[in-house]
Amino acid sequence: MAYLEPGATPVGLEERDAEAREIVVNIGPNHPSTHGVCRVVAHLDGEVVNRADLVVGYLHRAIEKIAENRTYLQIVPLTDRLDYVGSMYANWAYCMAVEDLAGITVPERAQYLRMIMCELQRIASHMMAIGSTGNDAGATSFFVYAFYTREFVIDLFARISGSRLTYNYVRPGGVAFDVPDEKWIEDLRKFLKDAPKQFDEWDRVLFGNVIFKGRTKGIGVVSADDAINMSLTGPSLRGSGVDFDLRRDEPYALYDRTSFDVIIGEKGDVFDRARCRLLECYESLRIIEQCLEQMEPGRIKAEAVPRLIAPPAGETYQRIESARGELGVFLVSDGSVRPWRMKVRSPAFSNLSATGPLSPGYTISDLILILGSFDPVFGEVDR
Amino acid sequence: MTGFFGGAIYGLAAGALVGVGTILGVWGERKVSGRIQKRFGPKEAPLFGIVQLLYDMLKMLTKEDIHPTQAKRGIFNIAPLFLTTSTLMSLAVIPFVAGWAPFDTSVGVLFYLAVPSIGVLGVLLAGWSQRNTYATLGGLRGAAQMISYEVPRSLSVLSVVMLAGTLQPSVLMSEWRIWWLPLTLIGFLVYFIASIAELNRGPFDLAECDAELVGGYFTDYSGIRWALFMMAEYGGLLGAALFGSVVFLGGSWPLTGALGLLVLLVKTVLLIIAFMWAKWTFPRMRPDQLMSTAWRVLTPLALVQIVIIGVVIPWL
Repeated sequence: MAYLEPGATPVGLEERDAEAREIVVNIGPNHPSTHGVCRVVAHLDGEVVNRADLVVGYLHRAIEKIAENRTYLQIVPLTDRLDYVGSMYANWAYCMAVEDLAGITVPERAQYLRMIMCELQRIASHMMAIGSTGNDAGATSFFVYAFYTREFVIDLFARISGSRLTYNYVRPGGVAFDVPDEKWIEDLRKFLKDAPKQFDEWDRVLFGNVIFKGRTKGIGVVSADDAINMSLTGPSLRGSGVDFDLRRDEPYALYDRTSFDVIIGEKGDVFDRARCRLLECYESLRIIEQCLEQMEPGRIKAEAVPRLIAPPAGETYQRIESARGELGVFLVSDGSVRPWRMKVRSPAFSNLSATGPLSPGYTISDLILILGSFDPVFGEVDR
Repeated sequence: MTGFFGGAIYGLAAGALVGVGTILGVWGERKVSGRIQKRFGPKEAPLFGIVQLLYDMLKMLTKEDIHPTQAKRGIFNIAPLFLTTSTLMSLAVIPFVAGWAPFDTSVGVLFYLAVPSIGVLGVLLAGWSQRNTYATLGGLRGAAQMISYEVPRSLSVLSVVMLAGTLQPSVLMSEWRIWWLPLTLIGFLVYFIASIAELNRGPFDLAECDAELVGGYFTDYSGIRWALFMMAEYGGLLGAALFGSVVFLGGSWPLTGALGLLVLLVKTVLLIIAFMWAKWTFPRMRPDQLMSTAWRVLTPLALVQIVIIGVVIPWL
């Protein structure tokens, strides 16, 4: 079985009749490992990928266009449907844009609640990401383990916002609901105490496994320069060793009052990207703890935010650090109650686009891992 | 009892054994994976969920027989039979009771190692006949893998054969001594790992690898033909565990007769649980890693085992 060194181009391709040897495998749109509805047209020479073309758009719902015909408040539930694994982020990025346009100041308690929710969301989203990386590598049970931890977070979300997946929680001017009762805070503290133990265990079970190391180390290597040039963001960028995190480098909300480390990888392979995600979860716990300490009773929504927000004409671009990277919302207002244009800068889409150029030279098994290592969520890719 | 009628009776008995083995095997797999994954597994259906599998079988038997339009129809139909038949045949040489096997031949060990290899043909034909790229890749992977792992598997069994001085499983079982176990430990480990690969089960389930190949060599199969593949898988699992306990663990040792059969079954079930444990714990290997494991790790280890036995034998 011809196997190339990872990253090398197929040897002697021009010497033999490449056309005849090549088989084209259509991976997707419906496939167990495309993390949604992505189609990869893989040109294979035996097991080795010669070329991989990504075809996206199967989940296009024209959310940006629909937004032009809705009022500002009605758009919030739409943003839930962008990144359905991390709904809070799109909520927040959109609301930040609206607040910036309309000049709304958000109360401190609401900011802290948003931060707590988004860091919890980061844990939930990263658990999904490393769970499915494990699943792609064949560790089916690990997927269930990761979901075990995720379930605690989803439970907390369900109790504060009423839903498990699309929360519609962050609203222009604040958040929808305050903490329901003291029990919720207690359970959150209990989770903060228990979660590190679970993370330690998942670290040993997956990242300590010799087969998993063999499958993921040295696969899909992105150098720091390439990562920047391919406009990777989030853990996919930090896995390559680039020290960049919007929460620290361009603090929004009250992140400047918290202290946390930015996790960076060394080599930028699948292993580093996945492990960055797990290690980030520890930092999220630290941020939540600090938020809980600093949070004081108060309003959870700015005063006098009307139902029909009509911001003055203008435009804004607001970005936050989502679980997948830099999530930006560009919003143009013409002074009416509906936005003139909304554009979402989707980190999942930018990250995913690196799969095609990275894959040649690796085997088809690696292609699946590389695709999964960018943690694409197709609601956000196709919008 | 020999001849056509004897063969028919043994065939039906083997079919029934594998049928029951498949039902219990699938049930056990679901239970074991459930326990490993912090859940219960089937429990709503009667008899701790075992009846669930009868429902499933009924469903598969009554399903529409679907052929992909591009498939080579004849080969598509016959491919699963290669696997199932060879698996059923291989069970014939297992000495269920001390000194007795359904087909008690002097080359039984060779028979067991050779006959299931016909299954490779089934995998290859199934993968090729569907005209499906996933299935083709799965079939090719499966064939390469199963043929490669034959080598360390056969070599590992050779160690016990050298000690016993016979290829007849029933004699081998009665000859077995407890101190052979530490001597053939490496061989047993090689046999265990190579059997997993031979059976196409995780962490070596590259031929059906759901992460990239959807269903591997049986992607387009459904209904009863798919059930035949499952029967072959669980029958093979049962066979590998039975043969492993006979050759390496002494079969019915230390008891004989009906109680001996019970001991053999206990050893077999423990081995099967170990197979399942490995499947649900480890990630899957990459094809090239799998090949290098066979040729660079397992084959040398099996040879080392043979050298050890060769050195020890003159001193016995």
